Amino acid sequence: MNRSPYITDAPTVSMIMLKVLLALVPGIVAYTWVYGGGILVTLSLATITALASEAILLKIRQRPVRPYLTDLSAVVTAWLLALALPPLAPWWLVVVGTFFAIVIAKQLYGGLGYNPFNPAMVGYAVLLISFPILMTKWPAPLVLAQAKLGLMDQLQFIFANSLPAGVKIDAVTSATPLDHLKTQLMLNHEVGSITRAPIFGVFGAKGGEIVTGAYLLGGLYLLQQRIISWHLPTAFLAALAAMSLAFYTIDPAHFANPLFHLMSGASMLCAFFIITDPISGPTTPRGKLYFAAGAGVLTYLIRVYGGYPDGVAFAVLFMNMCVPLIDAYTQPRVFGHKKG
Amino acid sequence: MNSIIQFASRLIQGPSPSAEVHQFNGGVHPPGHKAVSTTRPIAKLAIPEKLILPLRQHVGYIPKIKTQVGDYVLKGQMLAEAEGTVSAAIHAPTSGTVTAISDQIIPHPSGLPDMCITLTPDGKDAWASLQPIDWRNTAVKDLVAHLRLSGIVGLGGATFPTHIKVRASGKSHIHTLVINAAECEPYITCDDMLMRERADEIVNGIEIVQYLLGAENCIVGIEDNKPEATSAMRAACNALPGASVKVVPTLYPSGDARRLIHLLLGTEIPHNKRSTDIGIQVFNVATVLAIYRYFTFGEPAVSRIVTMTGSVSLPQNFEVLFGTPLQSLVAAAGGVNADITHFIMGGPMMGFDLPSSDVPITKAANCIIAATPGLFAPPPPAMPCIRCARCAEACPVNLQPQELYWFSKSDNFEKARDYNLFDCIECGCCTYVCPSDIPLVQYYRYAKSEVIAADKAKEAADLARERNEFRLARIEREKLERAQKHAERAASAKTEGSKTEVEKPANTAIADDAKKAAIAAAVERAKALKLAATQAGVTPGNTENVSPAVQAEISEIEAIRKKAEQTIDTQPSD
Repeated sequence: MNRSPYITDAPTVSMIMLKVLLALVPGIVAYTWVYGGGILVTLSLATITALASEAILLKIRQRPVRPYLTDLSAVVTAWLLALALPPLAPWWLVVVGTFFAIVIAKQLYGGLGYNPFNPAMVGYAVLLISFPILMTKWPAPLVLAQAKLGLMDQLQFIFANSLPAGVKIDAVTSATPLDHLKTQLMLNHEVGSITRAPIFGVFGAKGGEIVTGAYLLGGLYLLQQRIISWHLPTAFLAALAAMSLAFYTIDPAHFANPLFHLMSGASMLCAFFIITDPISGPTTPRGKLYFAAGAGVLTYLIRVYGGYPDGVAFAVLFMNMCVPLIDAYTQPRVFGHKKG
Repeated sequence: MNSIIQFASRLIQGPSPSAEVHQFNGGVHPPGHKAVSTTRPIAKLAIPEKLILPLRQHVGYIPKIKTQVGDYVLKGQMLAEAEGTVSAAIHAPTSGTVTAISDQIIPHPSGLPDMCITLTPDGKDAWASLQPIDWRNTAVKDLVAHLRLSGIVGLGGATFPTHIKVRASGKSHIHTLVINAAECEPYITCDDMLMRERADEIVNGIEIVQYLLGAENCIVGIEDNKPEATSAMRAACNALPGASVKVVPTLYPSGDARRLIHLLLGTEIPHNKRSTDIGIQVFNVATVLAIYRYFTFGEPAVSRIVTMTGSVSLPQNFEVLFGTPLQSLVAAAGGVNADITHFIMGGPMMGFDLPSSDVPITKAANCIIAATPGLFAPPPPAMPCIRCARCAEACPVNLQPQELYWFSKSDNFEKARDYNLFDCIECGCCTYVCPSDIPLVQYYRYAKSEVIAADKAKEAADLARERNEFRLARIEREKLERAQKHAERAASAKTEGSKTEVEKPANTAIADDAKKAAIAAAVERAKALKLAATQAGVTPGNTENVSPAVQAEISEIEAIRKKAEQTIDTQPSD
């Protein structure tokens, strides 16, 4: 029997997924600090839904349940979706989105390794299209909110959609900077005056930019651990920065500066955690650059010209569609073969 | 893009001492486990009670047996001679009696038995009369003919007959001899120890091989985990102008010939060419030493250095006579520890499970590892591929293993071929780094065998079709010829009238007798021919009495067959 090699040195799939979860922790901590403990409830809800629907589907598909549940890939999908949702999203929104991500986008395509689209982004896109108002209603960061909700209040809101007596919904929510910028620009205001609103922070959103920074930190950890390759985040952020720089240079009154785009919305989450999903992404080094750059350009265009405040989900899904093409045309030169 | 990165890293690092080394893509760093078997010098293994010599110890045709059961043979006496172009002789590793010529289990992944000569030593270890060759004053052509009798094959593990590698290719001049001493596989230390102990003999061998090839330069490539061997070789190389030692970083698989040539010379051998096409030939250190001993002392290939390691009490290197049962080697290494499950021949990256501990040590056996579950844990069940492309990063050929896996798994072999499946060297780097524990190399071996089988079937079908078309054409032509003859005869019969018809019966009777006698004589002749042919070992051609058209057909088929043989004879570069 020739079954060499007899030795291996590779982290298991579970270990890779665990490190991704670990890398999300700084972001979650920052998120909790900025928006309150409600996110922890959302995360738990998504995790439970993901594991349960994964287990049921594996049973139906007559696949071994244990090895696929413990690979933690469902948990990663659940967390990414939960972190992409607005804080204090109602419980059923979380459940529906996660269910869709795991069942439709992942298991029905064949489970781990076979999904052509990023499951978390499929779940997100479905919710965004089906419930656009809920999905764009973001609570204000605690520092800005007129009424600060405690953990129990947030629970009440998530599960029963009820606020403490005397608190109006407007006292809790506010527009996100990306959203605000878009609507204000349409009202012919200029970027300079718009960004003087209290919801804007130093770079991006007040509070939100801290979470974004924490994602960047986690992303650097993933790079250092060699879980993700540098090509994806670098190309994504570079493309986003290049696009915003070009527009900003031409017309700074109507286009936000590159730093704002890099530190706003889901930029960092996307750069390090979403486009880095290996299964739905390309595998060649050059392909990764094209894929991520494409996602960066699309994200910018959707933000500026599209119907939604942030463009990450659709940008990623569109680029997922291009992956077979990208891979086919970016094959590296094989040793001993001519260039080109 | 890569060039930018390389440029950037050069800017950061500055000119490093290893700047001369041309790194290839990927590679892995498996733990070496080499130190355990290098603490003791090479020990000569005692002559065992019996020696089992498989005829199939090299790449190529099986040699022809030149001995019989009951023969008393001396050490170094030829037991089987090379037959055909690519073949190697087998010699008696010690003096004794041939006690069996039979099928025995051989060290092969298949675990199937094959023809072996069993020799029972008499303990005298008496050499046959040996004839050293004054190689400096002998024509290269004659030396190559001599080498064909030596039984020497590539001892790095490829076991390609050495005389083929030194015969003048005619196409291009060999300017550089590369000595492969990288020994990149974990556990294996036979070349390391050989260099430490017998560097002078190796360099003498290099001189001979350089002469044989006409190569002006020689570079010895050694991984940087063998400092003792490096300094021994450096010292020895001082005596030989044109020869030098180059240290390459420890990175598996730097010992792969194409990778080593790239490391040392910066030359990428085109995928459809051999190194000899661009003037480079690669030899393993042990092979070079065997060549030296053959020319200087007349000793044919009767033994090799084998690393006995893994879960044994005293892991070390032994000089082992070919045919020595593995058991004897294990006993000499102090026996195995209790928990061993089986033996591996070769290294842990490219070796294979031995079917039993009774198998003999052959020319290919560079290392035997006593395996335990602790050393080599059984792989966990494979998970689906998550397309992480770690395999692509590790692939020294810069292939996309994840794509090849996908195509192989879905039996999409043509696509796998398009993605350069046949450039895969089966080094195992992809499997080594796979988080999903997918036995990738097995998939590639399977896909390759399927592609080769399909090609063969297609070739056979093409040949059959060609033959059939030719046959139909011939039948048609013969029919025409016959019709023409009939017409002619009918015409002549008309003019000659009935005169001939009266004489006919008597004539036919006489003709019948003559015909019978001619047939009998022909049968006799054929029998004699066949007998002579079988004795000479030639398949009877039976091509004498056929029409020129059939002759042409036969020679065409012969040409196709030759071409096919040439492709089979492709010379691996070690």
